[in-house]
Amino acid sequence: MQFKELAAGGRDELDYQKLAFDYTRHPDQDVSHPVRRPVVVVGAGPVGLALAIDLAQREIPVVLLDNDNTLSTGSRAICFAKRTLEIFDRLGCGDRMVDKGVSWNVGKVFFKEEEVYSFDLLPETGYSRPAFVNLQQYYVEGYLAQRAAQLPLIDLRWKNNVTGVAQHDDHVVLTVETPDGSYELEADYVAACDGGRSAVRKLIGQESKGRTFRDRFLIADVKMKHEAPTERWFWFDPVFHPNQSVLLHRQPDDVWRIDFQLGWDADPEEEKKPENIIPRVKALLEHSTMKDAEFELEWASVYTFSCLRMEHFRHGRVIFAGDSAHGVSPFGARGANSGVQDAENLAWKLAAVVTKMAPDALLDTYADEREYAADENIRNSTRATDFITPKSDISRLFRDAVLELSKSQPFARTLVNSGRLSVPATFHGSALNTADAESFLGCMVPGAAAADAPIIRADGSNGWLLRELAQGFTILLAAGPAANSLTRRIQDLDLKGMSLKVLRIATGSGIGEADLTDADGLLTQRYDLRPDTAYLLRPDQHVCARWRQPSADQIHQALMRALAIN
Amino acid sequence: MELITSPHLEAPDDFYEALIEAHQGLSTEESHAFNARLLLVLANHIGSPSVLRQAFAAARPARSP
Repeated sequence: MQFKELAAGGRDELDYQKLAFDYTRHPDQDVSHPVRRPVVVVGAGPVGLALAIDLAQREIPVVLLDNDNTLSTGSRAICFAKRTLEIFDRLGCGDRMVDKGVSWNVGKVFFKEEEVYSFDLLPETGYSRPAFVNLQQYYVEGYLAQRAAQLPLIDLRWKNNVTGVAQHDDHVVLTVETPDGSYELEADYVAACDGGRSAVRKLIGQESKGRTFRDRFLIADVKMKHEAPTERWFWFDPVFHPNQSVLLHRQPDDVWRIDFQLGWDADPEEEKKPENIIPRVKALLEHSTMKDAEFELEWASVYTFSCLRMEHFRHGRVIFAGDSAHGVSPFGARGANSGVQDAENLAWKLAAVVTKMAPDALLDTYADEREYAADENIRNSTRATDFITPKSDISRLFRDAVLELSKSQPFARTLVNSGRLSVPATFHGSALNTADAESFLGCMVPGAAAADAPIIRADGSNGWLLRELAQGFTILLAAGPAANSLTRRIQDLDLKGMSLKVLRIATGSGIGEADLTDADGLLTQRYDLRPDTAYLLRPDQHVCARWRQPSADQIHQALMRALAIN
Repeated sequence: MELITSPHLEAPDDFYEALIEAHQGLSTEESHAFNARLLLVLANHIGSPSVLRQAFAAARPARSP
């Protein structure tokens, strides 16, 4: 099918794993001198699609190249965290992801033959989105692709394989191979979102370095109609699979994901055979409350993993995002989630640079911030891996002691680590932050992703804070004695074309005019608002400055700083 | 004084990583000796005999008489 036909489907669900898109010859292939494009994104996976949509929504034309002509095969990444869902909201496809995804709150931990404890995540209320949903990667890519197909500024070229990258002072020349032969394409900037085995990374002579774990895992997706509660079960050293770990959780369409740790000596080809997988699944079910469940095998894969990253995410005019830049173990769902968060950090910065609203140096802060985030993700996923698969006798002794104690000692449960779920990194010390000059309570420090909260709009309808934020910068301004005159002075600022939306918030005391009212006091609490308190939020919804009663000049300076203009 | 059994570590994951790292490069025998010394150091820090007795009880295997 033609890619743009996807847009006509609206919200109809398709069999995304079976879609094959037509290769179409592009006029850029027929010119004598290569055409120059502002941004070329390589790789139409979740990261490349998210980046392309974000750029297009910011009025930046984007060429998206993919060496294949299909979406994800197999469930692959299945857990999408709150911050990622909030980004999908901004990209126009959050509702579909959440409507289709399944949420769980109860987790059970088993050690050998017994359940050692269970926990209820008791999600904190007052957020539009849950802490996470389970959703197969093919749905995520399918929904993103359907959204991308609606945007005329996205020029998606299937079966366009990048085979050459030449960097020049002010542009990059890509050599692209197609079924019709190869052509050259120039770009002001190239974003390499082409995955763990990134071709672009190899072509510029770079590599990701880190730690490869000598272990293999089997993923078995089974379709099972069973009235079991939606819970996450994790077994350490179970009797049905001794000395290894097993994880079970649920995806939409009655599909259950089962991860079996196999050890390094397992033969991947043998383990992938259904006749070897089915007895493993049966043994698990027999040792659970789902003894009699009937199941069919949907998809299986044997994988190894590494925790690694490129030393620098930016190389001249080529910028890396997602798995091309960093890799993590699957524990904590930090792969796809951090990739989408890379894309969102990069999109507004690229848009500001190519439209000349910010200097090229702004893109260096992408690398700084996301390298910092990658280190945090790698640290967390390495710790989980070391707990799940102890690397020495003494490490196993402590692991088993923690699990044994966790039956009776609540403190030990905080040490049980089967994955720390992806949360967005707070960019402490980012060059884009303006340091606090006054004291504040809570987590909304400069560099933090803005927390959502329920609000009431001026027309009396209910809504959510994050949906009210602008595509550009936003000032959250708590109503107070100085807020109205400050609003007028902000509107008079010369921001050289960068947009700044002022959102005045009425808090409990309700002084002055407002655009939004804090519905339950949560906004006031999460942001430690007092009359005249102001927060400057970046286009990616991260806090970059805050004050108790700023002047328009201070806001102007902070905004220039957040654009790397000095 | 009561033994604290509710979560009390300021940064549990940092602690656990540091604990495993502290054993890096030790043989199993050396690790056991390290653990023994560590326990004595921590016991001295706690000081209270009644808290230590509660800790012995909490750590005792459930299946022992």
